[in-house]
Amino acid sequence: MIAYIIRRVLYAIPILVGVNVITFILFFVVNSPDDMARLYLGDKRVSQEQVDSWKSERGYDKPLLYNETAKGLDRFTDTIFFTKSVGLFVFNFGPSDYGRDIGYEIQQRMWPSLAIAVPVLILGLMINITFALTIAFFRGTYLDFWAVVLCVALMSISSLFFIIGGQYLVGKLLHLVPISGYYYGFEAAKFLILPVIVGVIGGIGSGTRWYRTLFLEEIGKDYVRTARAKGLSETTLLFRHVLQNALIPILTGVVVVLPLLFLGSLITESFFGIPGLGSYTIEAIGNQDFAVVRAMVFLGAFLYVIGLILTDISYTIVDPRVRLN
Amino acid sequence: MIVPLLDIKLGLLLTDALIFLLLIFTVAFAIYVSRTPHLRSQWAHVLHNRAGMISMVVLSFYLVMGLLDSIHFYPKVESGEGKVVYSVQLDSVLDKILAPIRIAVEKTYSAPFATNLYAKETVTVDGVETRIYPRLKHGGSHLDDPENEKSADILSHTLQGAFKGTLVWLLLAVLLVIILAYRNKVSLSQIISSLMRGKSVTPWRSALFTLALVVLLIGVCAELSVYYHVFGTDKVGEDVLYQSLKSIRTGLVIGTLTTLVMLPFAILLGIMAGYFRGWIDDLIQYLYTTLNSIPSVLLIAASILMLQVYMTNNADQFNNLTQRADLRLLFLCLILGVTSWTGLCRLLRGETFKLREADYIQAATAFGVGHFTIILRHILPNVMHIVLITVVLDFSGLVLAEAVLSYIEIGVDPTTNSWGNMINSARLEMAREPIVWWSLAAAFLFMFVLVLFANLFSDAVRDAFDPRLQGSQ
Repeated sequence: MIAYIIRRVLYAIPILVGVNVITFILFFVVNSPDDMARLYLGDKRVSQEQVDSWKSERGYDKPLLYNETAKGLDRFTDTIFFTKSVGLFVFNFGPSDYGRDIGYEIQQRMWPSLAIAVPVLILGLMINITFALTIAFFRGTYLDFWAVVLCVALMSISSLFFIIGGQYLVGKLLHLVPISGYYYGFEAAKFLILPVIVGVIGGIGSGTRWYRTLFLEEIGKDYVRTARAKGLSETTLLFRHVLQNALIPILTGVVVVLPLLFLGSLITESFFGIPGLGSYTIEAIGNQDFAVVRAMVFLGAFLYVIGLILTDISYTIVDPRVRLN
Repeated sequence: MIVPLLDIKLGLLLTDALIFLLLIFTVAFAIYVSRTPHLRSQWAHVLHNRAGMISMVVLSFYLVMGLLDSIHFYPKVESGEGKVVYSVQLDSVLDKILAPIRIAVEKTYSAPFATNLYAKETVTVDGVETRIYPRLKHGGSHLDDPENEKSADILSHTLQGAFKGTLVWLLLAVLLVIILAYRNKVSLSQIISSLMRGKSVTPWRSALFTLALVVLLIGVCAELSVYYHVFGTDKVGEDVLYQSLKSIRTGLVIGTLTTLVMLPFAILLGIMAGYFRGWIDDLIQYLYTTLNSIPSVLLIAASILMLQVYMTNNADQFNNLTQRADLRLLFLCLILGVTSWTGLCRLLRGETFKLREADYIQAATAFGVGHFTIILRHILPNVMHIVLITVVLDFSGLVLAEAVLSYIEIGVDPTTNSWGNMINSARLEMAREPIVWWSLAAAFLFMFVLVLFANLFSDAVRDAFDPRLQGSQ
């Protein structure tokens, strides 16, 4: 088991290197730091001195890959690639283009993101499984048909609609909770309720439909027929056997997204003014803060790879038929 | 290219060219399907599915709108002194059709069917300054006393529109009956009675019913929009219905061209990985895992940021606003394609992996058939159902994604008509009192209908083509 995990971790390294190279090419090769400086300073008639000082303040004045003027190892380390990209591997994100430490910001903003993402995940999972199991119980009836139609209709509504509609209905018309904002500590709850509800409702359509398919697939299997033939009641069958077995794909599907919960939801956070990593990313995109976008790309890729490894491990734990090799 | 009779000069945007390429592909594929018996029977499944048929009718409305909006031309302007001058602004056929509501621009917001402006203005009447809601220039301007006449006027125009719509529908229905009778070689009365009872294998009755709804709605909307702003006007006084209709093209372009862009990569790499295995497989798997591991929103954001940097620094290359916006739209499709091909690639790899072991491919290899021929003749046709299902399934997600991306301002160009841009500019007006809701409502409604029927259609396609589902039917 440990050997397997080590192998998987080692396999993740080239992927992260690849991500790093892609971001490096996107941010420094496609457009030179000079171009970025000009966009940043915002004027077509920016003097070269201004551009140079902007670059040297942020450390973009070094050569890209190979520094001829330096000596020894410095030829490779005193370059943009080394100072800006390699540091990411040890989570040294450096300062943003506005001069604030990205690592510190991430540590601070991670918690509000989690405060929304975790309840949405858990509540959503519970509600979706309940609905899906109910629909599966009434499979083949009109209830089943209309429930699926409802799911498809829910899936077809833009997530923006739920957010805007929720803000208008609950926040503005009923004055139940604040429309947006955040406060640390227990006060946070009243700011979190609405985004969590919106997040859960937005996921019901696709989630319920997907779980229903999983349950129906499981119900069609031979062991279920055998159990039914032996005289088990339909409820025992569904809760004892079908639910347990269908949980395997559901849970492993959840494990993949677990690490990504840290990144939060871009849209929800920025609409509700939650100071999480999602709104951080949006602000960075809006302010054209390349350092932050770069850091978030790497962080996202890192968390995704962790998610993949966790999924493989969780498969072996919940499903004894899966062997490691 | 100048068309002599119509006095217009045709203009072709990059996305137009790709749309027509896609159209040619689709038509060619349809002809191929109609001549291949087993494909024909599978597509017949889609047609026989009631939900599939209904969604096809609705989707074809969107398709026609999108295609009309993709034929662009430069209209002729004042030809003084015998010289013919063409406008620099690119118009589409749809613009021409919608000209009455396009030029009916008010000063600022006005509610649906309003006769007065949303905002008060100071007007001098008989030397006394008063604050009133001024009458609209176009919406309901034919009425003398809006308060009393409006509802009756709306009702009468609705009825007129419905009547015209019914006529068009009757025409189409009669045409369909004649075609059906001719093709099945039965009498007209037999066809009509089987249609009325809903006994035909292809659910023509449902199709006609949906068509009636669509045509009636179009008729009523068209009739009313001549006299009123059916969905109101936006901040600069543009008709919201016009904007929503113009946005259809953007949605369709994002939903279809993205797939067109990604398909060659996904098919080629996916099949290669599954077929050749070994280091090629490792390499391709590495490639798609790496690309997939970057959160797609961030990859799109990074790429669009870089495009902005490039466009700012090479501003001289992008003089024409329309072309600039078009290029950005195409680039967005490209980036969305890069982020979304990995799923299909993985599916194709797995399927090819299985197919490779099939007897007929072993036999082909034993007979010395080349790799290229085997892939083209034996593997590709057998994985096409996966490609098709993915393409149709991805469509609705892409249309929804456009709105979200426009909200983060990494979507289409702000000057492009799109539902995302409509929502984005309207959401700031939610705080007003009374609330300006019509832009949002129109954008969400048009998007919802498109995505809903695309979802229903994709379900019908999946039911017809997924071999795993066939056993359960």
